[in-house]
Amino acid sequence: MSPSPEPRPRKQAPHDAASARALARSPRQAFWHGIVQSLPFLIVIVPFAILFGVVALEAGMDVAQVMGFSVLVLAGASQFTAVQLLSDNAPVIIVILSGLAVNLRMAMYSASLVPWLGKATKAQRAGLAYVLIDQTYALAIQHYERHPGLSMQQRLAYFAGTAVVLCVPWMIGSWLGATIGQAIPEEIALDFAMPITFIAMIAPMLRTAAHLAACFVAVLAALLLAGLPSGLGLLIAAPLGMAAGALVETLTERSRA
Amino acid sequence: MTSDQEIWAVIVLLGIGTYLIRWSFLGALGGRVMAGWVLRLLRYTPVAVLPALVAPLVVWPAATEGQPDPARMAAALATLGVGVLTRNVMLAILAGGVTLFGLLYILP
Repeated sequence: MSPSPEPRPRKQAPHDAASARALARSPRQAFWHGIVQSLPFLIVIVPFAILFGVVALEAGMDVAQVMGFSVLVLAGASQFTAVQLLSDNAPVIIVILSGLAVNLRMAMYSASLVPWLGKATKAQRAGLAYVLIDQTYALAIQHYERHPGLSMQQRLAYFAGTAVVLCVPWMIGSWLGATIGQAIPEEIALDFAMPITFIAMIAPMLRTAAHLAACFVAVLAALLLAGLPSGLGLLIAAPLGMAAGALVETLTERSRA
Repeated sequence: MTSDQEIWAVIVLLGIGTYLIRWSFLGALGGRVMAGWVLRLLRYTPVAVLPALVAPLVVWPAATEGQPDPARMAAALATLGVGVLTRNVMLAILAGGVTLFGLLYILP
């Protein structure tokens, strides 16, 4: 998610009308507020989910497997990654490791929510973890930081609102895509839907020199290692790219210090 | 193609693993602080994994039996360009799709 343009107020409660409204909401109203604020994301999530259903079907999955991915994994980029590698006959272990690598960023989300939701009950936190995706995280953390005085119930209700709007359509859209996919004629060049989708996901991430370095090194290594058995090149190229990104970030910080 | 059982193994294990990643700090690790270098590496996982996955698909597309293909190459560049400029995922996909089908139609 792109950072918000203005510096966010930290910890000290802003005494403005928006904050007063946020603090006055009942849990039910907070839930609806979460729903309303999530709606714009549907413009991206629904077509994306349909696309997943279509390409997964194209890659040889059946409708049940498409739904298995969207309900049990519930993480777009890793679902596309797994389907791509499966259609390439990569070994199961490599498919799983690559999918998990794509999702490692969620450990960061989990950690950064602890100050806000760490005191919720065990069951509530277990439920939250299931619906912790890029968009619910981005909305929730912005909301919590903007209104630090929210009660735990208000925070949880808001999160639940975002989760309903963002996670359920992902599943429905995937099912729709898998159903529509069966009607798409063979001649249409769908083989390239997957690469285009990946590139479209990557492009907005290329914000800093470090991100560019990570991307460039990963691409170069992947092309050089393309001769290795399928998926293996990825497992070497990706850590090299990550290291390059971390290195450039360190160097940039040092030159500023 | 991989067998049905293997696909289900991927779905279930990737599902469990992903859940545990999400649950990690909220559920078990609590307020423990992640080391700076770990955070630093995590920040670059998507931007390293996804390009490494996609680069060979663009240069040697499966549909042309690994022969570099101008239409697919141009579609990839259009997607990247629009994605970087607009930061809009759906717009980038649209640009790539239009370029691909346009060129496949025009080119012999």
